[in-house]
Amino acid sequence: MNTIALIPLFPLLSATLLIMSAGRMPRHIAATIGAGSVGLSAICVALLAKDFLADGQVLELTLWTWMSVGDFAPRIAFYIDGLTIVMMSVITGVGFLIHLYSIEFMWEDESICRYFTYMNLFVAAMLLLVMADNLLLLYLGWEGVGVCSYLLVGFWYKDPANGAAARKAFIVTRIGDTAMALGLFLLLTELGTLDIQPMMIAANSQWQTGDALPVLATALLLGGAVGKSAQLPLHTWLPDAMAGPTPVSALIHAATMVTAGVYLIARTYGLFLLAPPTMEAVAWIGLATLLIAGFTALAQNDIKRILAYSTISQIGYMFLALGVGAFASGVFHLMTHAFFKALLFLAAGAVIHCLHHEHNIFRMGGLRTRLPIVFLSFFIGSAALAALPFTSGFYSKDAILLSAWALEDIGPWLWAGGLLGALLTSIYSFRLVFIVFFGEAKTEPDRQPGWKMAGPLLLLCLLSLVGGWFALPLAGVFPAAAEHTVNHAVEWISIGTPLLGLLLAYLMFLGGQLSVDKMVASSGARALRDFWFSGWRIDQLYDVLWVTPYKKISYWMRNEPVDAIYNSIVAANQWAHHRLLVLQNGELRWYATTMVVGLILLLAVMLRNAP
Amino acid sequence: MDGLMVPMEHVLVIAGLLFICGLFGLMLRRNIIFMLMSLEVMLNSAALAFIAAGAHWGQADGQIIFMLILTVAAAEVAVGLGLVLQIQRRFKTLDMDQAHGLRG
Repeated sequence: MNTIALIPLFPLLSATLLIMSAGRMPRHIAATIGAGSVGLSAICVALLAKDFLADGQVLELTLWTWMSVGDFAPRIAFYIDGLTIVMMSVITGVGFLIHLYSIEFMWEDESICRYFTYMNLFVAAMLLLVMADNLLLLYLGWEGVGVCSYLLVGFWYKDPANGAAARKAFIVTRIGDTAMALGLFLLLTELGTLDIQPMMIAANSQWQTGDALPVLATALLLGGAVGKSAQLPLHTWLPDAMAGPTPVSALIHAATMVTAGVYLIARTYGLFLLAPPTMEAVAWIGLATLLIAGFTALAQNDIKRILAYSTISQIGYMFLALGVGAFASGVFHLMTHAFFKALLFLAAGAVIHCLHHEHNIFRMGGLRTRLPIVFLSFFIGSAALAALPFTSGFYSKDAILLSAWALEDIGPWLWAGGLLGALLTSIYSFRLVFIVFFGEAKTEPDRQPGWKMAGPLLLLCLLSLVGGWFALPLAGVFPAAAEHTVNHAVEWISIGTPLLGLLLAYLMFLGGQLSVDKMVASSGARALRDFWFSGWRIDQLYDVLWVTPYKKISYWMRNEPVDAIYNSIVAANQWAHHRLLVLQNGELRWYATTMVVGLILLLAVMLRNAP
Repeated sequence: MDGLMVPMEHVLVIAGLLFICGLFGLMLRRNIIFMLMSLEVMLNSAALAFIAAGAHWGQADGQIIFMLILTVAAAEVAVGLGLVLQIQRRFKTLDMDQAHGLRG
């Protein structure tokens, strides 16, 4: 039982140690502690998972009562079931590989100690988020990862642009978090508890399917999930969050934190099942996001931004799965995505690391022979992302599309949209591969990745390939999905679409039969490309709608018009003070004369009043 | 009964003239020593008025107050001359229009 408590404790202790050293710890010790603590957690999770897979026993551990206010007494308590095990394995397993990779990637950075502090704090908060047995503790972890994300996006804070990106990430997710907090208040007042399992039972007995209250509560929770998981309309922070170090993007903005919204919905699925309108909204949000982000990724030229939009798009798939009720498929895609997207980000980081911090894909090229390990990783990652047959992404994406197809009414539409998304995914993934690794070299790499980089890359390659064969222990967590008859034509189309995308990408970016330059020759096509490049102008729209008015109001308010009354009293006093100051001229004779004059005036008044 | 050789009104007029002399001296003179001297004149004019009044009504109070004024004047001169020395040392002048360090 005690191993459970140890899991989040190791990274937390390590973060505390690193903070205490105030950045003066020698870098090899800091790196050992930072990566080692996550490794220890991973070992604990492995032991826990072994026991769990053997007997399937749901574990609960109460450490202490957090606070006690009237009837409300949230505990520091953990609830470990199949879903938690999956999440913990991803967080500590992939997290450890990324920490190991970071040692080499960040070795020359002077603030490596600070880096590992934030990373460990993040892992601890993320573990708290997934292990929490009540929504309040989950919210603590939720905000904890938000803070760490802010700190790590703005890690290189000396560049103001990075600070702006960090603030944007923090503020935009805060909008969603506010909605989520309101949702928690509503659930607490209506159901009387925030403990997730009792809460779902209470909701089932108190509410009917489709009531207004569950719809409202889940819509508010969805707000939080949308903010954290970078879905429409709160997705704009994620591409900018790429300002952080690349391993951070791999861990926080691809593998773990951004999937917290998916986890939240899966964890409270009992509430969402009571609110069919919200479920449908989840599916449509997922679909819209995956398409918009897919089109945007096609037009980008920064290697990390392409991956960022691809992350948004893949989380859209997870939302689509949740929305059609295929919770297990959503979590499955979450796991495989964590493998191959972490792999892609780490490979991209290796490219950036070896090419003097070059981000523009059009200044790369021909790296296939120069960085063979990175090429292998990137190719396998892209294949899994595009869901080529027998990679991990293939199994999870296929499961999602089939579940969407099986849904009545709107199902085929969702399926068709998802399929279009799959085609886009395939095109932009291989566009990236062909441009960066084929063709002629434009920048020569000045070093090769060492074993600390290559090791995690190869392990993640393996996971991206075989990750689809894992049987997730989710049987007892979610209600059993209805058996749907498999339509073979549908299945063949799902398999064929990524291959078609690969072919198109080959023709456009390597073979040259379909010239992109010719395609964008007309002004309409160029306008469309610019539109996609800007991310459908959503950032500009928000600038006009919110940022500019807010700045204007702040500008008007900077003189504090409400305080004008009090300020005017002060100003009048100061004015009188300056006028009277003339009398205080320091000349003795002047004082004597004024005294005499005053005396005479006094005498005159007295004599006049005398009877 | 009047114990005075001269009528009291005359004495009071003298005292008043002396007081006005001192007052104008204080207001018009710029040298601190002359200002102190004018102050002495004013004090003494008041003392003269007290003496005259005491003699007029045959009371000892007037003379007692005169003694008091004498002491006050002595103390004032002691302090005043000390200040004069300090002013001379610090401003290298006794012109009070030059020494206006307390200008607001």
